Amino acid sequence: MLSKIVRTISNQLILFILIFGLYIIMHGHVTPGGGFQGGAVVASGVVMLIAAFGSSEIKKSLRESHLSVVESSGALIFIGMAFAGMGTIFFYNFLVGTPVFGGIPPTGPNPGNVWTGGVIPLMNFGVGLKVMAGLSAIVLAMALFSSGEEMEE
Amino acid sequence: MMQYIPFNIPFVAAALLVGVALFIFLFKRNLIKIVMGVAILSSGVNLFLIALGYRAGGVAPIYTATPEGVMVLPVPQALTLTNIVITVSVIALMLTMVMYIYRHMGDIDAKKSRLLKG
Amino acid sequence: MEYLTVHSPILIVAIPLLAAFIIPLLSRLGSKVRDTFNVSLLGFVTFLVAILAIDIYANGARIYTLGASVPELARPEGYMVPVRIMFQVDGISIFMGLTITVVALAALVYSLQFVKNETGQDRFYSLFMLLYVGMIGLVFTGDMFNLFVFLEILSIAGAGLASYRVNLADAVEGGFKYIVISAVSALLVLFAIGILYGQYNLLSIAALANTMQFNTLDMIALAMLAIAFVMKLAGVPLHMWAPDTYAVAPAGITPMIYMSSAASMYALYRVTFTLYGGQFDTMPIGWVVIILGVLSMFIGVMMAIYQTDIKRLMAYHAISQSGYMLLGVGVGLAVLTDPVALANYGRDAMNGGIFHIINNALYKGMLFLTAEAIFFRIGTRDLNKMGGLAHNMKWTTIFFIIGALAISGIPPFNGFASKLLIYESVFRFNPLLSIIAMFVSLVTLASFTKVFYSAFTGPEMPAYREVREVPKSMIIGMGIMVACIIFFSIFPGLVVDTIVAPATDALIDQASYINGVMGAAP
Repeated sequence: MLSKIVRTISNQLILFILIFGLYIIMHGHVTPGGGFQGGAVVASGVVMLIAAFGSSEIKKSLRESHLSVVESSGALIFIGMAFAGMGTIFFYNFLVGTPVFGGIPPTGPNPGNVWTGGVIPLMNFGVGLKVMAGLSAIVLAMALFSSGEEMEE
Repeated sequence: MMQYIPFNIPFVAAALLVGVALFIFLFKRNLIKIVMGVAILSSGVNLFLIALGYRAGGVAPIYTATPEGVMVLPVPQALTLTNIVITVSVIALMLTMVMYIYRHMGDIDAKKSRLLKG
Repeated sequence: MEYLTVHSPILIVAIPLLAAFIIPLLSRLGSKVRDTFNVSLLGFVTFLVAILAIDIYANGARIYTLGASVPELARPEGYMVPVRIMFQVDGISIFMGLTITVVALAALVYSLQFVKNETGQDRFYSLFMLLYVGMIGLVFTGDMFNLFVFLEILSIAGAGLASYRVNLADAVEGGFKYIVISAVSALLVLFAIGILYGQYNLLSIAALANTMQFNTLDMIALAMLAIAFVMKLAGVPLHMWAPDTYAVAPAGITPMIYMSSAASMYALYRVTFTLYGGQFDTMPIGWVVIILGVLSMFIGVMMAIYQTDIKRLMAYHAISQSGYMLLGVGVGLAVLTDPVALANYGRDAMNGGIFHIINNALYKGMLFLTAEAIFFRIGTRDLNKMGGLAHNMKWTTIFFIIGALAISGIPPFNGFASKLLIYESVFRFNPLLSIIAMFVSLVTLASFTKVFYSAFTGPEMPAYREVREVPKSMIIGMGIMVACIIFFSIFPGLVVDTIVAPATDALIDQASYINGVMGAAP
């Protein structure tokens, strides 16, 4: 556990990191970014908390069963969206033309429109959830392992 | 295929990185160095893929508020991104195994901690 | 039914993938629910593979484009090349799919009882489903980059499963060697894909085969691909990881990791026959494959003679039998551009090599399962400490005898049928290779006789008096494989005509593979 200054600043900064990560995830289809990149940003915020507070403290809040549920549900959102278009074909973009994310983006340079892309922003969201939970679980498990404890089942 | 980049520097750098990684696999015995060798090999291949797509005077291949001009190829960037994700998982798995080997054997030299021989 | 047949290439890949992520949520309801779910899901996937096989043998290859408006739409209107991710299933792909599915079903039933005492069981089954997805995706894909992605999926899942018993020190070491070799080989594959993409701006296998000019960069790419796949299929001289990894993997996983090596062999054939074959003289590549096959056969069986660990011994025999497959198909590759020789003995050599793939998967997988059954009951793999197990483990002994006779090529088992095809056709190509193959077969028989005498016969040892037979699910798992072996032994001609000959035709006939994609009307 590091000094009080570091802990206080980490507590303030984690909010901004979370918002920045979610921004990268949700705007993945118009600006550079997307599911993996935003999830990695949020996971690096969790790494900052682990470095500031110590893994035993964080283990009380981020339980491994919660992370496992978030990770599985992220993957299920992704594959569920792929199966939902199964009336025509797998991975069919059935939301094009509908009011939910269904605009047609113009080709050529343009100011981006978030309400385009069809199924892609929802899949970005699923991937972002999975990467957030997965990378945080990896780093938390390694930190706990090297300090001698184990993650509970 | 590729426009003229002076001295083809990115491709030379990618070949150097792959060469360094192959040297590590052949001659180094410390397990952590072998893991680092995989990371360096992956970086070399990623650099090679990105450098393939370059067009002279190109801009980023996105449509949102870009200046006019020729765009670089976007497909190698997608291949590189997939490779980065895969490499993260592989390195995490290898580091976990090295931690377990250290816990069991107390040493991470590949010659001293070998159990399976013959 | 029509819907299932048309969509089956993607359902076979996507349903186990969905199951791999449902299993952690489902296992909160109890272990019986999870076991029933696993077995019934894999049974449904076996049914899908069967109806896809019947459709392909009747109607020819089938393509499936992800995200298009109809599955057969390879090229959208206005495009000259395919741009979407595509699955292309022809004779050799469905042959490998059938082999992998049978082995996976037997391995899953076998593992149900085996992992009951371990922790983290839901992750075992998730990784098992992901390993299956990786292998099936590798053999069904029609796209070079998808090949790389599925190769990495099966490497990571296989390494995670091989080092599953983390409380044993040697298990983690075996898993570490596997993941290092797999990561290096997959990155070499990606480098070669980058070289090919930089020249032709194409990733689909059929489109690349159509526009391939065989210049220096393409030869470098072929060399890198060949080295990477030989590294992954444990061919000599890059075989050092195989005995370590096969020995320490838990029950039911060793046949699956062996099938990953067989899938890499399929990828080698796909690259050499379909991507590079056809118009160019394939004699040098064919000879390289033949030399690799002969080296694997010889060195594999010579190293197996003096092993004392039963699973390491079987791993060296697996390397040796892979040499037979490389020899058979290599002879076919060498005479690919010579129509007279191809009709005379090339086709028979390839039939023998490909028939040997499924034979070896069945009896080698079953031998691995019997060795793991012995380890399950007595806790050691050392042959010097075993003895007299035939008194207690009767089913295991019978299965071992059948497997050992089949692998040595004794009539009437299926090993004899495929080895006879290889001997006869290779003899007409070059007599020396055939003599080496027969000698290797003799030494295999000697080695397995040693194992049988050492482990099963002899007086009952006092330490093993209370050893009972293995649980029922493990017997059923081994029984599935034995049933297939006996069926293949009684009807070898039927199997060759129905399953193996379409696979050989699919490999030799590059033009129909290209036409399946490029000639498809939008």
